Amino acid sequence: MLTYALRRILIAVPTLFGITLVSFFMITLAPGDPASMQADQIQDTRMSIRVYEQLREYYGLDQPLPVRYWEWLKRLVTLDFGQSMTPDSRKVTAKIAERLPATLSLALLSLVLGFALAIPIGILSGARRNGWFDTLSSTVLYALYAIPSYVMAIPLILWFSIKWDLLPFQGMRSDHFEQLSPLAQAGDLASHFILITFCFTYGALAYQSRFVRQNLLEVFQQDYIVTARAKGVSESTVVLKHAFRNTLIPLVTLFGLSLPQILGGSVILEVMFNWPGIGRLFFESILQRDYPTIMALSFITAVLVLLGTLLADLAYGLVDPRVRYE
Amino acid sequence: MSELSQTQSPDRVLGRSIGRMAWERFRKNPRGMVGLCFILLMLALAFFSPLLANRQPIICKYQGAWYFPGVVDVIHNIPFASLVILKSPPFSRATFNAAQDLSPEEFAIWPLVPYGPKETSGRTLAPPCREHWLGTDQNGRDVLARMIYGCIVSIQVGIISMGIATLIGVILGAVAGFWGGWIDILISRFIEIVQCFPTFFLILAILAWLEPSIVNVMVVIGLTSWTSIARYTRGEFIRLLGQEYVLATRALGCHPERIMFKHILPNAIAPVLVTVTFGIAAAILSEAGLSWLGFGVQQPDPSWGNILRDAYDHLRSAPHLVYPPCIAIFLAVLSYNLVGDALRDAIDPRISRET
Repeated sequence: MLTYALRRILIAVPTLFGITLVSFFMITLAPGDPASMQADQIQDTRMSIRVYEQLREYYGLDQPLPVRYWEWLKRLVTLDFGQSMTPDSRKVTAKIAERLPATLSLALLSLVLGFALAIPIGILSGARRNGWFDTLSSTVLYALYAIPSYVMAIPLILWFSIKWDLLPFQGMRSDHFEQLSPLAQAGDLASHFILITFCFTYGALAYQSRFVRQNLLEVFQQDYIVTARAKGVSESTVVLKHAFRNTLIPLVTLFGLSLPQILGGSVILEVMFNWPGIGRLFFESILQRDYPTIMALSFITAVLVLLGTLLADLAYGLVDPRVRYE
Repeated sequence: MSELSQTQSPDRVLGRSIGRMAWERFRKNPRGMVGLCFILLMLALAFFSPLLANRQPIICKYQGAWYFPGVVDVIHNIPFASLVILKSPPFSRATFNAAQDLSPEEFAIWPLVPYGPKETSGRTLAPPCREHWLGTDQNGRDVLARMIYGCIVSIQVGIISMGIATLIGVILGAVAGFWGGWIDILISRFIEIVQCFPTFFLILAILAWLEPSIVNVMVVIGLTSWTSIARYTRGEFIRLLGQEYVLATRALGCHPERIMFKHILPNAIAPVLVTVTFGIAAAILSEAGLSWLGFGVQQPDPSWGNILRDAYDHLRSAPHLVYPPCIAIFLAVLSYNLVGDALRDAIDPRISRET
């Protein structure tokens, strides 16, 4: 196991290096920089050129690219992403840390909710293949899966928030949040979560439950299931005890691989729901051409994706020794 | 000779090609056919949009002469045709208002929707009515006309961005799979690195530095969504390299490029085609999302994404604006996915439909 893990981690090192290259050069090689954007706001041309030169020096944009890359890399090791290039010059780490809870809580909630629903649905439809529940759930889930999340979000907002005025859809908390009692605060927070969490979760549900069902059907083909049935074990024990436990292995990988979809798909939904998360921060930084924040966010998400696949592979190797010998 | 034909499959004896066999299987799949029909409908809507929604008539008589302004608009949908066939005055003048200037007695065939996609009127945010079947937006533009012209963007995005992605993906995948060794390692690493970035992040990060325009959006979507195509092509190439007929072409001394593109690629293209079909659905979705965010098609040009944005901005005052773009995006994405599913089943009959 140790050699397998080591080999797998060593393979990830050049990928990590590649990620730093792409995050840095994709953004710095592009035309137009934050200095020129801020200087353009000044009407007087001569003034604006002088401000531009000063801003370039201030942000270190006058240095040659390899030097800037090296400097960026050196700070990266200490998880320092520098200062943001917007007029407020805040630290990028602080900016991201402030937005992280909103996205992380959403991602975790939708992952847990997704699996909590997908596993029973998958087991029920796999246990009675082509039964009425199987047909119904696969039809409904396929229809849901086909509806893109932001296309679903707008009619939901229209009906639940505007026509029936049941749920809020702007931000994470109401304006009068501070004055509420702790219990009412929790309720307020929960009501803000409902719509956006639903939009985040339903799309993956079809895929996840199909995955559980598929694996269950594959396990049913195994000899030990036939043996269990032959010795007269009840059907529910066969499904839950003998079959389902072995479908958990591929589920581990699915968990790791679901991460990028949730992180990447969040920009539009977060902007739509005015959610104070990472996706909206990315969008805002792009509008302001804030180099350090864009680079930091691209780098962090890419590393998270890399970690997700790495963890999935390692977990797979841990629970299924056959993988290691491939 | 008789011995040979016995070993061949009955399909070969009948002289049916793989493509034809796949099409016959595809045709039996009702869901795939529904998807295909909707895609063809979208194509027709996009191409004939000037005949369906236009501020000028299709055919009319004006001051004693015959004019075909709508027909000329359709011809202009063909690339470069606008250089050869020009619109004749007075219809070519932007200030010419056909609805007012043509006398009602004279002969004219008007399109179903007598408004252009950018034509404003005083009636803003009107609900659906007889004159405006889907209502009007905040500038008094006819939503149905904008929806019809929005088709053009969705069709173009699918073709152009996936064309670029396929070109990059197939070349990289073919080179990696065929040559193997350090070239393969290098390309595979590169694919892995690009795949670590969520596609939408990549697209946004690149678009941020470009002028917001639909051409840029299409190119950037193409430049960022080739990874799965490359992976599939590589896998197919590695699989086919082991086949005897490839060995035979090598023994015959074929040029490597010839083996790659003439002998292996045609056999590898089928599974890649499935990926491309799903890619088109994703590209349409990305474009609509980008236009919604303000990076894609710019006002006043219509796209389903920016129609959806108008709807989002006027949810309270004009809820009827929401449904047309939502339904259109949903149906477009769904039909490409259905075609992709059906194509996969048709190409590889070994994968049974219900497993």
